Amino acid sequence: MDRLKLFLPLVIFAVLALFLFRGLSLDPKELPSALIDKPLPAFDLAALGGEGVLSRDDVIGEVSLLNVWATWCVACRVEHPYLQTLADLGVPIVGLNYKDDDAEALRWLRDLGNPYRFNIADREGSLGLDLGVYGAPETYLLDENGLIRFRHVGVVDEKVWENTLQPLYDELKRREATR
Amino acid sequence: MIPELGHFALILALCLALLLAAVPLWGAWRRNVAAMELAPGLAIGMTVFTAVAFACLTHSFLVDDFSVALVANHSNTLMPQVYKFSAVWGNHEGSLLLWALILCLWTSAVAIFSPQLPLLVLSRVLSVMGGVAVGFMSFSLFTSNPFARLLPSTPVEGSDLNPLLQDPGLVIHPPLLYMGYVGFSVAFAFAIAALMGGRLDAAWARWSRPWTNVAWAFLSLGIMLGSWWAYYELGWGGWWFWDPVENASFMPWLAGTALIHSLAVTEKRGLFKSWTVLLAIFAFSLSLLGTFLVRSGVLTSVHAFATDPERGLFILVFLAIVVGGSLTLYALRAPSVGSRITFHWVSRETLLLTNNVVFLVATLTVLFGTLFPLIMDALGQGKVSVGPPYFNAVFVPLMALLVPFMGIGPLSRWKRDATSRWRRELLPALLASIVAGVTLPLLAQPYNIWVALAVLLCGWLVFGLAKDFLFRVRSGAGIIAGLKRLTPSYWGMVIAHLGFAAAIIGVVATSQYSVEHDLKMAPGDSEEVAGYNFRLLDIKGQQGPNFVADEAHFEVFQDGRLIATLKPQKRRYLASGQVMTEAAIDPGLFRDLFVAMGEPIGNDGAWAIRLHYKPMVRWMWLGAILMALGGFATVADKRYRRERRTAEVAAGGAVAGG
Repeated sequence: MDRLKLFLPLVIFAVLALFLFRGLSLDPKELPSALIDKPLPAFDLAALGGEGVLSRDDVIGEVSLLNVWATWCVACRVEHPYLQTLADLGVPIVGLNYKDDDAEALRWLRDLGNPYRFNIADREGSLGLDLGVYGAPETYLLDENGLIRFRHVGVVDEKVWENTLQPLYDELKRREATR
Repeated sequence: MIPELGHFALILALCLALLLAAVPLWGAWRRNVAAMELAPGLAIGMTVFTAVAFACLTHSFLVDDFSVALVANHSNTLMPQVYKFSAVWGNHEGSLLLWALILCLWTSAVAIFSPQLPLLVLSRVLSVMGGVAVGFMSFSLFTSNPFARLLPSTPVEGSDLNPLLQDPGLVIHPPLLYMGYVGFSVAFAFAIAALMGGRLDAAWARWSRPWTNVAWAFLSLGIMLGSWWAYYELGWGGWWFWDPVENASFMPWLAGTALIHSLAVTEKRGLFKSWTVLLAIFAFSLSLLGTFLVRSGVLTSVHAFATDPERGLFILVFLAIVVGGSLTLYALRAPSVGSRITFHWVSRETLLLTNNVVFLVATLTVLFGTLFPLIMDALGQGKVSVGPPYFNAVFVPLMALLVPFMGIGPLSRWKRDATSRWRRELLPALLASIVAGVTLPLLAQPYNIWVALAVLLCGWLVFGLAKDFLFRVRSGAGIIAGLKRLTPSYWGMVIAHLGFAAAIIGVVATSQYSVEHDLKMAPGDSEEVAGYNFRLLDIKGQQGPNFVADEAHFEVFQDGRLIATLKPQKRRYLASGQVMTEAAIDPGLFRDLFVAMGEPIGNDGAWAIRLHYKPMVRWMWLGAILMALGGFATVADKRYRRERRTAEVAAGGAVAGG
């Protein structure tokens, strides 16, 4: 009986090893939002470089990408040209300019090009907070009803688009068309 | 040619490691003296060839041989020479080779410095370490070959080493950390050898102790450097983030702290034997687990620079063999009968047991917090993580619980003591610590109850220690004679415990009293932080060897007197385009002034600036250095170099028992 007690560490380790094994096939960088399949949170924020106030209704209506970016974010600069490529292909992208300076952001768009339909100026990061933004850049895939279908943390490049986002995007598009 | 030579040397080292893992062990089993005597030679041979492999890789880095993929990916011609050198281990493949090299060095050290060990024990110990070396060398050769070439299309210029790693602190941080991590393999090997021999006695504990203490001391230094680096290099003045990779190095340290105290009981009193063996296995398993967590990418971390599921699987299988195998051996061979040696609950044994329980709970807490996201994810509960609040909430009370016992520990007696004696001896210490706890925080405004508590607890620790120290010194013929009687082990304990107190004070004071201002500043602006006036004079462009930077020029005034000039930088590294914050710090024993640049705001030359006032932050690192010094000091103890006779008696016992 006493001998059996000594097997306890081994058993605990075996359980732990199982979890570690399972962990190998999971990708920790995939941080799904708590809002997956939930509607985009409501907001009332200024349009970047515009007069009006934007709300949830301005964003939804078609399958689109919501891209969180900022001028202080180095990776966003890396991502920017590919977003332009996507925009040129006709993918609607809405920008969420996150905790940024309006003048800086506008200069960025003037200098580097503007792939966005329009930009929400989230100066205080309130919408970012509701979305659970982890850090810029992040990209959310929205369906035509404004439900968040996918969240990608990090740079969207050709690989990410073709392997992850595009299949989902195409499927949502098909569904939208048949409706 | 040179990289191929290194590759070949590593293959030879693996062959020697295989022999070392098999032949002496077989010899120990068959009582074949010739086979057992091969162990030291094989250990040294394996070390030589691993060192050759390491030297070859280093050479490739220093001469910018971009035909080696690793060099091309992590080094370039613009990089200063010293960072080319540290770039050798600033990446996955190279750091693994360093791991293997350090393991070899420890193995050789055991082979060379243990002439007093019975051959049977020595051959088993070296064999076990050889087995661990086999795992790491094959990991290196089969999944992450550092010598892979980029032929024929050799790039003209390499990419950059991660700029975060281009820092003097980081040149020595990984080697020190690995010295600690890998050093626990010695205690592990001794434990396994003892289990194989079936004899866990005081001799075994005495042999393990100096190795464990040194490994622990190195680990303390390594963790300290990591924390210090994070403080000045990451640019936001934090010094501990409970990041998975930090935890990976902290867990073996916690388990190791329990181990060095438990070994003391086993050596002096022959108690807690199975427990000590389990701790030795546990400490090294956590080192391996740390390697797994860092290398496999199962957890996200700012540190994980190479993550690959295939490599993760390799380490996991290796982990399963080493830990699973040793725990099976433990289950089969550890003495299950309770010890006949008894102790009263008022005794030093109880106090050290308390230490063990606290540190074990702390280790498990950190382990749980680190693996929690993984466990929840594996159970399909979504991605969650426990942040610093969890760790702080559990860790702070645990450490606070520990200190009252640390105050009594040094003057307590083995086997049976009396609480009335403790009361009598420690009453002055208690009163003194209450006085210190109440008055010392008055020096800083406003009065802070947490700092008062910390001073009270640490005062108790320090005065208790002082009481015991004076008692021991005075019990001799005179002060000098008394001082001479103190052993290096005792000095080590005193220094390490003082270090622990200093670290607590540092952590609490800096957490409670820090002042941080994040603001927008343009040249000409000034800002008052905790009585210091920071003036931003200008911001200029600067050209570094492999980066361009914006450098701000600050002058700091206290009471109208210039006390420091600080020049923080925002660097952009040319090869990778990465942007780095280089903080400027005016260090002091009682306070640090810290300035870091955020990002430019607007067009008028204004920047987001971070100004920090950090009191007593250095005490934390000073404490860790003292702890490490204490660990090193114990090795000087004559007890560990006892003449051969004792060892031979023990050897006779071991052979009979085996």
